[in-house]
Amino acid sequence: MKKNVLFISCEEAQHICDKNQYGEANWIEKLKLNIRLIYCRVTQSYVKQNKKLSKVIKNSEVKCMDNQCKETIRKNFDKALKEHNS
Amino acid sequence: MPKHQLNPNKWIDLYSDYLFNYTIARVNDREMAQDLVQDTFLAGLKSMKNFKGDASERTWLISILKRKIIDYYRKINSKKGKAEVKIAYNNDSETEGDWLEERVADPFDKTAEDDLQNAELGNAIYECLSKLPEKQAEVFKMKTIQGIETEVICNELNITASNLWVIIHRARTAMADCLKENWF
Repeated sequence: MKKNVLFISCEEAQHICDKNQYGEANWIEKLKLNIRLIYCRVTQSYVKQNKKLSKVIKNSEVKCMDNQCKETIRKNFDKALKEHNS
Repeated sequence: MPKHQLNPNKWIDLYSDYLFNYTIARVNDREMAQDLVQDTFLAGLKSMKNFKGDASERTWLISILKRKIIDYYRKINSKKGKAEVKIAYNNDSETEGDWLEERVADPFDKTAEDDLQNAELGNAIYECLSKLPEKQAEVFKMKTIQGIETEVICNELNITASNLWVIIHRARTAMADCLKENWF
């Protein structure tokens, strides 16, 4: 029974890894992930790829519009679109 | 029959973030970038009849945006030209006489080349995002790029936390596959 607490499935390990990219995995989850990482190649490759993705996105300093501003633009544009169509 | 057609109803959803990222890398001012993106959409709407259909919708909008950015720089440069620019190398009396070593460019500082590469990478990220299903792209953007809390996203989109993590997992796998070829 106790074994199952610390030994998790590959899917669960990937889920914890995803959460960890956003700093939302707690220590017990991290421990479970690390145990799985020792022997599971699929988890190892997923973690490697996932970390790379986080790094690439962080390095890119990619930006996007905040939702409020997008809505303002949408409002103004919809008005212009209506005028354009009429 | 032209190869591409315009559908302005979808412009805001499909291209606003892409155009914004393109602009912010060049003007470095959020408010100005937002204004330029809005102007681009409005100008696009006005000149729809000039669209020949050879280029994709996005390429066409980018070409309008480029002109808007050039106009913006022309405008601020003509304002700058009127002001007298003085550069004081050393105003501080305590450090007077010290050599200007501190003013030498830091080789580890960000260069224009880095900025350019970041802009390209940003474009690649948006390119890959556009291939994802709409919901996945939206959740990924909110969580990863905007850094919004899980709970807030769940409330806003009316989904459960476990739903969110499934979407994030699918989006991350697809994004990694898409970016793998050129950026990993």
